[in-house]
Amino acid sequence: MASLLEVKGFGFKYADSPKWAVQDFDLSAGEGEVVVLAGPSGCGKSTLLRAINGLIPHMYVGEYAGSVRVAGREVASTPMRELAQLVGFLFQNPENQIFMFSVERDIAFGLENLGVQRGEMRERVDEAMRTLGITELAKRAPHELSDGQKQRVALAGVLAMRPKLVILDEPTSLLDPMTASELVSSVDRIRKETSATFLVVEHRLDLLVRIADRLVVMNEGKKVMDGRPTDVLSDPDAQGYGVAVPALTKLENAMIKDGIKLRGNLLTAEELAREVNSRSR
Amino acid sequence: MIDFRDVSFVHPTGVKALDSVTLTIKDGESLAIVGENGAGKTTLVKHITGLLKPTTGVVLVDGQDTRSTSTAALSKKAGVAFQNPDHQLFSESVEEEIAFGLRNFGFSEELTAQRIDWSLKFFGLEEYRKSSPLILSGGEKKRLTLACILSWDPQVVVLDEPTVGQDSIQKEKLAEIIRMLGSTGKTVVVVSHDIEFLWPIQPRVVVMAKGKVVADGPASRVFEDAAVLSGARVTQPQLVALSQMLKSKPSAPFVDYLEARRSLTEVLK
Repeated sequence: MASLLEVKGFGFKYADSPKWAVQDFDLSAGEGEVVVLAGPSGCGKSTLLRAINGLIPHMYVGEYAGSVRVAGREVASTPMRELAQLVGFLFQNPENQIFMFSVERDIAFGLENLGVQRGEMRERVDEAMRTLGITELAKRAPHELSDGQKQRVALAGVLAMRPKLVILDEPTSLLDPMTASELVSSVDRIRKETSATFLVVEHRLDLLVRIADRLVVMNEGKKVMDGRPTDVLSDPDAQGYGVAVPALTKLENAMIKDGIKLRGNLLTAEELAREVNSRSR
Repeated sequence: MIDFRDVSFVHPTGVKALDSVTLTIKDGESLAIVGENGAGKTTLVKHITGLLKPTTGVVLVDGQDTRSTSTAALSKKAGVAFQNPDHQLFSESVEEEIAFGLRNFGFSEELTAQRIDWSLKFFGLEEYRKSSPLILSGGEKKRLTLACILSWDPQVVVLDEPTVGQDSIQKEKLAEIIRMLGSTGKTVVVVSHDIEFLWPIQPRVVVMAKGKVVADGPASRVFEDAAVLSGARVTQPQLVALSQMLKSKPSAPFVDYLEARRSLTEVLK
């Protein structure tokens, strides 16, 4: 897989802070990959995200080390306007990024800013609405929608820009369990259809482990773990770094410790129950 | 005791957010409210402190009708940590933020100082004592709102989506706080989408959909009913789903992974 995101030896120290928020950080992600970023609050996740979407160093003052590249472009020397087309950002609270009078106008907002032609704009907005299943909401006012619908409108606005990399900041935390599960399935479908890379910050991992290719754990500004989600979650260190190991994974890890051999990657209750049922007398 | 008697609430826009809710929350009870976005959960808890008054019906807190009791008097009884901490943080420093409520309720300066020390330590916020609340991370702000409320020791503690932005260590601590409050006779009401967080606490669970209470009972019973849950867009906790799908079904769903481990290891060995 070609590397879409390439972070090498990155570090950043805010102008008003005595210590480095992130230090010696390496990370690469390929096209269509879903990488989940976890770690305790204050571990430097937000700083890393800012360095990827360009807010650092374009908007924040401080000491910068190393290199961050998206699709071969060095973030520090690429204008924000161009970065906005490469990197999409979905905030935790969709209220922070939807504000127009209708859903379709809202989704078109970023494209209007870029001066995209009308015909193409229509096409991209329609496509984004189709992808997220919100076509019927096109004329509705965003403020009348439920939180789950708002979240999808905000994501459609991000996707309409056709970014190569999409950053999701705790996308499911304000959603009811089923809406959260549907959003995770949408992300899986979108990355397959568009080959966009997703970098997701999330504390609730029970849903995301189903689709994530990798789980990266940060602590005190450094990368401390990076691997397949099942491998990282079965490492006893993960919990010490504040990673929420799902109950099912904890159970499987404990059973393996008891000498029970389980077929690998049992991520849902159905899969584990099937495995146990097929072997119990 | 908190008593909702046939309470309906209609927003000025005409939307009916609560529809004939009847619910009694006893002193010392731990209650979780779950349900889809927009089901009326937050509207319901705002009635406890009188921030919202019922359009029809009555809410009684310790026998007092919220329509004729001041929000200040109700707040002393029931502290609410809102979903979005930015809605309730406004002081210049973290310690001032905690002092605000205490002074308003007439605590002495000495007691105020003591309570500030205790709550900063308890919630791991000591290093931010003199900092502006605005520089805290989302998870830290959430902890600060909780510190503010617990500092004046209300009988009822309402937590609206307390786990958002919290890592697993903080969540574990939060679960401990809820258990501790329960064991000291406090009433705790938690609104949350985080089913996996709620399950091991084993609270009484109220499921809401479209402004109505559609299920109410012990966690083990409510979370077993997949059909009712799915109507309210709630999923089952992983361990409950697993318990139900096993050929050798346990008599009650596994509460934690250790219990499941003992049982499954026995079956497979």
